[in-house]
Amino acid sequence: MDTEISTALQLKKKAKKPQGKITTFLISLYNINKFILRFFKEAFLPPFEFKEIVRQCYEVGVRSFSLISLTGFIVGLIFTKQSRPSLGQFGATSWLPSLVSIAIMRALAPLVTALIAAGKVGSGIGAELGSMRVTEQIDAMEVSGTKPFKFLVCTRVLATTLTIPILATYTGLVAMLGGYINVAVNEGTSFNTFVQEFFDPLTFTDFSSSLVKSIVFGFTIGIVGCYQGYYSTKGTEGVGKAANGAVVTAMFLIFIEEIVIVQITSWFR
Amino acid sequence: MYKPKAPIDYNNAVITIKGLKKSFDDYHVLRGIDLDLYQGENLVVLGRSGTGKSVLIKIISGLLQADTGTITVLGKDIDKISDKDLQELRIRIGFSFQNSALYDSMTVRKNLEFPLVRNRKGITRKEIDSAVEEVLEAVGLSQTINQMPSELSGGQRKRIGIARTLILNPEIMLYDEPTAGLDPITCIEINELINEVQEKYKTSSIIITHDLTCAKQTGDRIAMLLDGQFQRQGTFDEVFDTNDDRVKPFFDYNFIK
Ligand SMILES: Nc1ncnc2c1ncn2[C@@H]1O[C@H](COP(=O)(O)OP(=O)(O)OP(=O)(O)O)[C@@H](O)[C@H]1O
Ligand SMILES: [Mg+2]
Repeated sequence: MDTEISTALQLKKKAKKPQGKITTFLISLYNINKFILRFFKEAFLPPFEFKEIVRQCYEVGVRSFSLISLTGFIVGLIFTKQSRPSLGQFGATSWLPSLVSIAIMRALAPLVTALIAAGKVGSGIGAELGSMRVTEQIDAMEVSGTKPFKFLVCTRVLATTLTIPILATYTGLVAMLGGYINVAVNEGTSFNTFVQEFFDPLTFTDFSSSLVKSIVFGFTIGIVGCYQGYYSTKGTEGVGKAANGAVVTAMFLIFIEEIVIVQITSWFR
Repeated sequence: MYKPKAPIDYNNAVITIKGLKKSFDDYHVLRGIDLDLYQGENLVVLGRSGTGKSVLIKIISGLLQADTGTITVLGKDIDKISDKDLQELRIRIGFSFQNSALYDSMTVRKNLEFPLVRNRKGITRKEIDSAVEEVLEAVGLSQTINQMPSELSGGQRKRIGIARTLILNPEIMLYDEPTAGLDPITCIEINELINEVQEKYKTSSIIITHDLTCAKQTGDRIAMLLDGQFQRQGTFDEVFDTNDDRVKPFFDYNFIK
């Protein structure tokens, strides 16, 4: 069953031999694709681990909630503050809410949420599964009749995929609050007016592209973290590498996905 | 040394291995293993570090796959078995890992419950609790029930690991170095536990060890892994009645003469 692990390990070993970085990169690309395929093969077959998925969603939320709240608020506040002088030059400070809203809802909220979650949640998943791998807890689970891929990987990937969009929405709202406070202090705009002006310029495309983005980001964070942890090797050193690899790879992919999705969305506008 | 007498059925092999070979890259670890484990028997496997003892029992439980050879466990051919059957077979095999492999995010209670909750659908809370209490008592660690694995000593972790496999009433037990790194008194306790398990749960066991006291105390039969094969098999005295310098140091080191 877990021959895939030993093939992955063997591939890793081969990757150590001097064959150039490109081969290593291609091999890991091949491995991660296989990992993703396996996820889709196993995640949607019963038994569904609902209880564990809910628990993991809770974990994802709790781990990143405070940092996301703080960052979201500050991003909204600072972005509004910094944009004011430029708009002021054209006497267009009244456009501030719509400018802020487009920046936040189209780009900042999903991106900031994903980057923070990659740091907090992705590394956590990498370290957790990594230490379970090196201390043979994953093997122990396997021999006691529980499929570890399903129980550990599928649940975590589903949890991040479901939770990151919710967190991104929350980040958007908190950032809006930050923006409002700045506008209220400077322009004295009422909350109702601000909210109205904030949501006015947003189209269905904006919401759906942000939703798609954060779903993709969530999936990326989960799958990368799990992949790094599940196939980590070489004792405790491997655990650190898994955690680190989870963050670096996920962030890298998130930026690429951001560019691709923004490009695709622009064709729809 | 007291060794409880459990009846061994030499006509009934629960594990049969023929011509098993396994290599990693170009390193040939197992080079033709032939082995029978009989019903009710404690078989001790000896061998130097890195000779593939852990690999052998990982193959038996389907964690690794053999390159060639047939491995029949409880009447099922491990290589040709379906995923579902393998799952069911694994529940009948207890695997005590070299480093215990307790789930360190769970309390002792949750660790013990895990295999039960996952494999026995529709089991009641009361049944779970009484099963947990029973195995904890069997390993003599009832007081640790609410502790985390990180709060336990090495010997306690080993015993909880054994308890976690016992909770599913396995027919076969695989112990990977059950006494490694423990003090002599704890070692003797673990040896006695292995024997009690054999008697009480009617298990057939493979015990991997470097500890000859453990081998002598628990083993009905000893098999020694030399150069990737079981080249010496028999009772404790038979195996060590030799001047082979791959075998003698084991004895001399353990019983200084
Ligand atoms: N998954 C694996 N991939 C590659 N090589 C492996 C793997 N598992 C084991 N090996 C190699 O197989 C050999 C045997 O390992 P094994 O763990 O079975 O030794 P052992 O007999 O249990 O030793 P010890 O007494 O130290 O536990 C080692 O050289 C190890 O490097
Ligand atoms: Mg070993």
